Amino acid sequence: MAIVVKRKPLTFLEKLYIPEIVRGLTVTFRRMFFGETVTLEYPEQRPPIPAGYRGVPTLVRDPEGREKCVSCQLCEFVCPPKAIRITPGEIPEDSDYAHVEKAPKEFDIDMLRCIYCGMCQEVCPEEAIWLQNQYSMSGYTRAEMVNNKAKLYELGGTLPDDHFKWNKKKEAAKNGGGHGHAMPPADMPRSENPEVPPVFPK
Amino acid sequence: MELTDIAIKSIYAIVVVSVLMGFCSYAVLAERKISSWIQGRVGPNRTTLPIIGSIPYVGRFLTRLGVFQPAADGLKFLFKEDVTPAHVNKLYFTLAPVLSLVPALTTVVVVPFGYFENAAGEVVNLVLADLNVAILFLFAISSLGVYGVVLAGWASNSKYPFLGGIRASAQMISYELAMGISVLPVFMWLNAPGTDGTLSLVDVVNAQGGALWNAMWMPGSFLIFVVCIFAETNRLPFDMAESETELVSGFHTEYSSFKFGLFFVGEYAHMLVGSAVVAVLFLGGWHPLPFMTWADFGVHGWLAGVLSVGTMIGKLCGFMFFFMWIRWTLPRFRYDQVMRIGWQMLLPLSIANLIVYTFVIYFLERP
Repeated sequence: MAIVVKRKPLTFLEKLYIPEIVRGLTVTFRRMFFGETVTLEYPEQRPPIPAGYRGVPTLVRDPEGREKCVSCQLCEFVCPPKAIRITPGEIPEDSDYAHVEKAPKEFDIDMLRCIYCGMCQEVCPEEAIWLQNQYSMSGYTRAEMVNNKAKLYELGGTLPDDHFKWNKKKEAAKNGGGHGHAMPPADMPRSENPEVPPVFPK
Repeated sequence: MELTDIAIKSIYAIVVVSVLMGFCSYAVLAERKISSWIQGRVGPNRTTLPIIGSIPYVGRFLTRLGVFQPAADGLKFLFKEDVTPAHVNKLYFTLAPVLSLVPALTTVVVVPFGYFENAAGEVVNLVLADLNVAILFLFAISSLGVYGVVLAGWASNSKYPFLGGIRASAQMISYELAMGISVLPVFMWLNAPGTDGTLSLVDVVNAQGGALWNAMWMPGSFLIFVVCIFAETNRLPFDMAESETELVSGFHTEYSSFKFGLFFVGEYAHMLVGSAVVAVLFLGGWHPLPFMTWADFGVHGWLAGVLSVGTMIGKLCGFMFFFMWIRWTLPRFRYDQVMRIGWQMLLPLSIANLIVYTFVIYFLERP
């Protein structure tokens, strides 16, 4: 149903303009001398960042200082503007965490392309990439606007969660299996139908 | 005229013009600050100078007030890239900003701004040239200012500046009529039968000394004149020539850097001279209070000079504030409304006002 806004006919005083102009002037005068300033003086004062804010994408480490990213490249594939470029690599042999998972050798996010959509964070199975509070990026060259791996970890910091997946994996690897499962015995019953997955004994 | 006289006059002229320019730059600052206060913002508060800015408290206060901002603004106008589009008429394009600034600076010649008493006790008026036809000279020259705007619009050779120029010329013609008629009662009162006829602005101020100010017993004239001054100086709510929302800044769309700066300064110089004329014609010039002059307060000699100039500047600044206050309060009129107000309201009103005051002055002078 259409809403009809009733316009009151102007009274004689209103038609004279002058009293209404004076009324307007008093309003602005009050604003000028008794109104509050709403400006935030930016570099010194910063606005509060609401929870769930999508700022610059960053990489995080777990509380043990290990990089969470396993260079699965899902974020690279999902990224709509193709801002992410990952070169996968192995964890070096001399590291304590070698042979557990992979880690990115290089991880570049081109902030001139990034649209802050947050799909990389959404798709990441390891919760390694996070869009955090940082919203102000600037640089003098295009190269400066590409965040490399070191920069990403510097921006990202540590994610304080107690889910030490890597320890479990290492444990499992020591016991000869991945993901907490033992290796299937040789006489394991195999399904004839390939549609039905084989059942692992507990 | 002796050579020394010419030299002294030139020095006076240079002093007055530099003071006017200084006022212009600080008027820009005032405009920015007042707009920010009205809109709940802070305004320019960062520009600072190396030594003065580092004085504790004072330096910080001045910086927050934006006192050093005009220097930065001026430098910016000087050093920005000056773009002259390829499609313009170079001669007229360059001439237009000059044409809009020069009349504004010329009109200040006849505006009196104070007096002092010399050693012999004679009253010396502080005015560059006390012309006997000052008000005619003022109207004639200040109307020339529109040629700068029209020429800028025309020489820019693009559609929005052109529309701005056309609007400016039409508006100027419409409002000058009402403006000229609205000041007639002031001069009818001044030129009583049997006195020497004068149109001098100094005489207008002297006639208001020890009497009611003109604005108090001629509110109609005052109101019409003020509205017309707004239209003449192209200020909001009458800035048809600029209209940044419809005409993308109108006549100065194509201008940049120093040429734009000249337009800018010209506008503020126009405002300053307009405020000074309002103060002289209607607000008692350098007289401190109605029915009182500085002589009545027992002030004589050089002190009278200082105080009278101070009073004049105070009234001028007050009216400049009013200019800005109006600007940040009222929205712009539509173009047909501007024409309607000019021709169908202000012109008949000013004629009616003239007739009424003809009778009033006739009966006042009868005894």
